[in-house]
Amino acid sequence: MNRITTMAGAILLAMAAGASIGAQAADVVKIGFLTTLSGPASAPGIDERDGFTLALKTLGGKLGGVRAEVITVDDQFSPDAAKQGADRLLKREKVDILTGFVYSNILLAVAPAAFASKTVVISANAGPAQFAGAGCSPYFFSASYQNDATHEAAGKLMADKGYKRVAVIAPNYPAGKDASAGFKRFLKKEPAIELFPKLGQLDFATEIAQLRAANIDAVYFFLPGGMGVNFVKQYAAAGMDPKIVRVMPAYDADQQMLSNGDLLAGVANTGQWSADLPNEQNRAFVTAFVKEYGHQPSMYSSQAYDAAMLIDSAVKAVGGKLENREALIAAIKAANFKSVRGGFKFAANHYPIQNQYARVITKGADGKYVNNMTQTLMTDHVDAYVGECKMQ
Amino acid sequence: MANLIFEQVLNSLQFGVMLFLIASGLTLIFGVMNFVNLAHGSFFMIGAYLAAYIAGATGSFWLGLLGALPLTAALGFLLEWLVFRRLYKKDHMVHVLATFAFILIFNDGVRMIWGPQPLPLNMPAAFAGPVMLFGLPYSSFRLLVMAVGIAVAIGLYLLINRTRLGMWVRAGANNLEMVTAMGINIRLLFRLVFSFGLVLAALAGIMLGPLVAVQAGMGDDVLILAFVVVVIGGIGSVPGAAVGALIVGVVDTLGRGLLPQLFALFLSADAAASVGPALGSMMIYLVMIAVLFWRPSGLFPARS
Amino acid sequence: MQRLLLLFFVALAVLLPILAQAAGMEYYIGVLTRILIFAIVASSLNFILGYGGMVSFGHAVFFGLGAYATAIASFHGVTSAWVIWLLAALVSALAGLAIGAIALRTRAVYFIMITMALAQLFYYFFVGFRYYGGDDGIQINGRPVLGLGLDISGDNGFYWLVLAWLLAVHALLARLLKSRFGLALNAMRENERRAQAVGYPTLRYKLAAFVIAAVIAGIAGSLIGMSNLFASPKLLHWSQSGILLVMVALGGVGYFYGGILGAAVFLLLEEILSTHFEYWQIYVGLILLLVVMVAPRGVSSLMSIGKTLKQGEQHGA
Repeated sequence: MNRITTMAGAILLAMAAGASIGAQAADVVKIGFLTTLSGPASAPGIDERDGFTLALKTLGGKLGGVRAEVITVDDQFSPDAAKQGADRLLKREKVDILTGFVYSNILLAVAPAAFASKTVVISANAGPAQFAGAGCSPYFFSASYQNDATHEAAGKLMADKGYKRVAVIAPNYPAGKDASAGFKRFLKKEPAIELFPKLGQLDFATEIAQLRAANIDAVYFFLPGGMGVNFVKQYAAAGMDPKIVRVMPAYDADQQMLSNGDLLAGVANTGQWSADLPNEQNRAFVTAFVKEYGHQPSMYSSQAYDAAMLIDSAVKAVGGKLENREALIAAIKAANFKSVRGGFKFAANHYPIQNQYARVITKGADGKYVNNMTQTLMTDHVDAYVGECKMQ
Repeated sequence: MANLIFEQVLNSLQFGVMLFLIASGLTLIFGVMNFVNLAHGSFFMIGAYLAAYIAGATGSFWLGLLGALPLTAALGFLLEWLVFRRLYKKDHMVHVLATFAFILIFNDGVRMIWGPQPLPLNMPAAFAGPVMLFGLPYSSFRLLVMAVGIAVAIGLYLLINRTRLGMWVRAGANNLEMVTAMGINIRLLFRLVFSFGLVLAALAGIMLGPLVAVQAGMGDDVLILAFVVVVIGGIGSVPGAAVGALIVGVVDTLGRGLLPQLFALFLSADAAASVGPALGSMMIYLVMIAVLFWRPSGLFPARS
Repeated sequence: MQRLLLLFFVALAVLLPILAQAAGMEYYIGVLTRILIFAIVASSLNFILGYGGMVSFGHAVFFGLGAYATAIASFHGVTSAWVIWLLAALVSALAGLAIGAIALRTRAVYFIMITMALAQLFYYFFVGFRYYGGDDGIQINGRPVLGLGLDISGDNGFYWLVLAWLLAVHALLARLLKSRFGLALNAMRENERRAQAVGYPTLRYKLAAFVIAAVIAGIAGSLIGMSNLFASPKLLHWSQSGILLVMVALGGVGYFYGGILGAAVFLLLEEILSTHFEYWQIYVGLILLLVVMVAPRGVSSLMSIGKTLKQGEQHGA
């Protein structure tokens, strides 16, 4: 009898303890940062966190002049864990803005709950087609790109060069499908072979065998994080023909990849940013990043940095009063900040209108491999879905 | 097309041989000690982590391999003495719970020690490139993996069938009471079988490490495949584990490789790409059920 | 005395959402709801494990099937909660029959591994089923409707619904355990050969128990789907089954309240530990190990509650 009452008391105490953690403080901007921080797919998430943290440091720990509290949650690359984490951020911490997000499947699992609770979601990477067209929502903003864009640029690059037999390999999840669709849209013909390995798969023996059998001239591989590194190593180990041209998205061609530079020299990659973009903000960003973290920033970091600056400008515009969601949304849409990409503006569906560049992996003077921008593939490119969005 | 099939067959052999390493240890532990060891997959992971750590520090894959194996054996020895030997007499549910607890401990433990990101384990430089097989380039490292697996299989065969220790192990798997009655030091036998089984799993982890990612949880999916192999092959039987591993390796790899192409004939590429591997994975369990209907104790059960 | 205590706890449980709201801790109503749902499925596992002696490493299959039945039905426009529960129960019963028929012919180690492997079969089925989300899972747009003028779309309403189900399920289990069926099951667990010799059709009884447990787990699964508005293949994975076994073990295998206590202890541990420690699973593992080595009968044995319905005891003590 006594034991039971003790247990009941313990449970109530535990709840009280937990509640004290969630107690609200006044006059602070609460940001929920949900990203992938563990497992082989975590490098982009860590880059995002680094970029966002650097921006906050530059702003003195404040967004729009108001003290910022960032609660970071690891989604562990699982939509389940992400939903639980998001639940905590939305219901217990009651964050004002939810940001981060590397992977589209995680964003898609979490976003509906955020929209329902009228929380603004600013994605620092994932830009699925689902929110760009008919499913667009005023609460969603992509500070990065629309998923197809990078792949459309790659398709254009390959189409311009006129390869006959092209292969596409992308993971079997929403962004992978967006990749294939976007790539084919600008390649303007059917690829010789399309492969969709399971997201997170690390052994590509099966796929490499199929690529070899298909006699291709060029391959576009969209394999984020650890997948790409493994693929590149196994591709070389399997003795694939070095004459086959390889193209990949720019955001995968940074840090983790470049450490395998010898296997990648000459590989082209496409994206909306490059560390050598000649504008003032970018130069400051790259210099500060190298000083803080000891290595070049990746595209993920640049996007997260921009996301933080975007939030900063919006909070300033509404004078720190985030409760008025309509005003906040309008302020974010105005995008009145200096992006490391140069100019920055949103289309009606809250996805960016921006350039796409081609870069090539080359060996620098110091022996390290870097990306050099070679050409502008698209100027002020708008995504393919904006027409279907009802917001105008 | 013939080249493709040849390459996929090689891939399935490589996978099957690694499964055999893991399953043979598991089946011996089941067979001799009647112990359900869910933590077997964790030692697959621990072997890989130790090798990655040593290889990272010394720059040599081989040093990593040679260092990790005795360390894993020592860890297995220690845990058997501290915890597991107290559990043999208890019922299977206790085994399941205790070893499941170790899965949790090890998975978070490696992340605590080495961080949440996977550790790189690179192929030895001499084997990082391709080798020509009948005009087809194939990864020399994968051939090495197969060679190591086959060498271990032969060694295991000789050990079990041609040595006294092997005889005790076979006898123990067949009828433990008799073996005890004959005066064999059961405690030592158990400890040796346990540690040896774990070392085999660790070896598989080290060989596969460069091909996948050395990360927390890498042993979990492999564990269940090992279980299927053991059930198909028959508990306590190493030859059974060999046959089972080959079957599972072939069904899984060919399933992943050929089924999507088959389905792509009448489905879209990405639909085929998810149905194919899923069906390939399901097929393994269907094969297991089929085998059990025909032979309820597996193909080569050790127990009379 | 026991009755009074039971009444006290039920009353407390009913009042909890109101208390939580008063304290500004609405977030925890969701946590409590989760605990209650897992209490239902853990108790169903306890039924076949503790009383039936069946170590099933695939029980999460029925849990996941219930969630998927809910998600797929909602996807196709079904809005009535009653219809959905009927579907969940039907699907789980059929799966329970199929898996039980295959697995119950085997014993000991084989049973564990076969239930594990059969569960994986279902897991890969849903992973491959891209139309219903595949690996990413499937969203449920809006909670089903209960009718009868009761609103379960809010956190409080849903909590009371789950509580009602919890009470109903445990009333049913108490009935079953005291009945001839329950006693026979107990006898079979203690000594199957003797039970057979006395004339009990052991396979049929065990299968019946297995299916009943499956249906209860399926209903719980339906509730978790309604709670999260999401179903994913992870719910069917063998590691989820492992967690269910851990819950029952922590709470007390074969003790009547083992499922409820185990679910509460495990989920509270998870909630508290994960807030304070990054690598909290180590502590859960260590605690589990401790329990297994020191108090293998779980928390219930330390408290000796539910003793009347503990296995092997006469009822009405």
